[in-house]
Amino acid sequence: MDPKPLWLLAELTYKCPLQCPYCSNPLDFAGPRFRRELSTEEWCRVFREAKALGVLQLGLSGGEPTLRADLEDLVREAHGLGLYTSLITSAYRLTQERLAVLKRAGLDHVQISIQGADAELSDEVAGTASYKDKIAAYHYTRELGFPLTVNVVLHRRNLHQVESLIRLAESLGAERIELANTQFYGWALHNRDALMPTKHQLDDAWRVVQRERARLGSTLEIVWVLPDYHEQYPKPCMGGWARAYMTVTPAGEVWPCHAAGRITTLTFDNVRDHPLDWIWERSDAFTRFRGDAWMPEPCRSCPRKTQDFGGCRCQAFLVAGDAGLTDPVCSLSPHRHLIDAAVAAVESAAGAVEWTYRAAPASRALAPFRDGTGLAAKG
Amino acid sequence: MSTPGRPTVPSLHPKARLQHDDVRGRDVLLYPEGLVALNPTGAEILQLCDGIRSVADVVAALQQRYGATGRSVERDVTAFLAGLAAKGLVTYGS
Repeated sequence: MDPKPLWLLAELTYKCPLQCPYCSNPLDFAGPRFRRELSTEEWCRVFREAKALGVLQLGLSGGEPTLRADLEDLVREAHGLGLYTSLITSAYRLTQERLAVLKRAGLDHVQISIQGADAELSDEVAGTASYKDKIAAYHYTRELGFPLTVNVVLHRRNLHQVESLIRLAESLGAERIELANTQFYGWALHNRDALMPTKHQLDDAWRVVQRERARLGSTLEIVWVLPDYHEQYPKPCMGGWARAYMTVTPAGEVWPCHAAGRITTLTFDNVRDHPLDWIWERSDAFTRFRGDAWMPEPCRSCPRKTQDFGGCRCQAFLVAGDAGLTDPVCSLSPHRHLIDAAVAAVESAAGAVEWTYRAAPASRALAPFRDGTGLAAKG
Repeated sequence: MSTPGRPTVPSLHPKARLQHDDVRGRDVLLYPEGLVALNPTGAEILQLCDGIRSVADVVAALQQRYGATGRSVERDVTAFLAGLAAKGLVTYGS
């Protein structure tokens, strides 16, 4: 039976007041490809088509989704359709009043990021003073009765704070804390040398997580997203390509995951040109790696292929140079040495490497637009 | 667990929502970053968990609805709710 999607990530805008150096948005987020954002009515149509296709979980993300003035209208539409809606926000300047309006509109769940356990580190990593707003918003969220997830991306500079981060989430009465070790795509790949943790750091943090899980039981769910470069086998990325998940980007392109747009050998279709069911069932991007017929060795004859689906297509493209190869994280991949080299580099690095903050000027400098409108254009 | 004299009242945790999945023709329980697919009996049990009925009331309602007797309904209801409680999706009050 053909798979039907359960999850839709709606990236409402790539504008963001924060500048986190591990941002999963594309390097060229400031370019023309993402500029003409979908209108309220276009998003509502996407939600209706997604529901009809089988989607039940909707993530409202970005960039910073609260920058969309029509967020309340989008939540109301999604709620009316029966979608379970999660807001994924930095909470920068997010007021109690706005959250209350979102609650009335039917928002189900709030996820607020934090970049460190204290203001100093959190604001430094975010590149924007935002810690105070986040703490305030955590409290508003709980006062309004939302389930709360504390989202943290972990890397070399904040892994030592895992215990304080868990204690913070506990004190806030959060349902979940998501400790996501940096996955190297987008800005994180660009900043890989600055973000890559040492094995020692990861081992220490993992010990803390195990201890805290035992202490907290079901009071606080601690999600630990594996640092895949340090694993032996690849992650079952997205539960398999185009099996359950889709991302709609701010200007309407639809991707099988939020990093896939970087794969230049795929063609991505747009909700402005095609209905969502056509894109899911027929488009090049969604059909190319669905199932296992595309798999090369060592995946093809591997018993693990039904568990990990060959790993991540984006990683195969970004690291091994071909999206149709085995994820180079796999110890059976002929390209594993490329992963090992990146891991080894941090172990032998003498000092800290500077990172590039995610911001529009850096985006324009790093990813010159190739469509003839970018470099020559003003601004 | 229900103990005599002190009825336990199961209810759905506020973070969870019962929803019909038209495309797959089933009911599901949706919650942050997850879902549980329900069979018709599971959905029926959850619809009876209104924060007023005790576990014993839920069992009695189902027995009456299906003309069932004996302990099997009670065993099924208790096991089903315990599974969801372990995920934090059902809580017990009194």
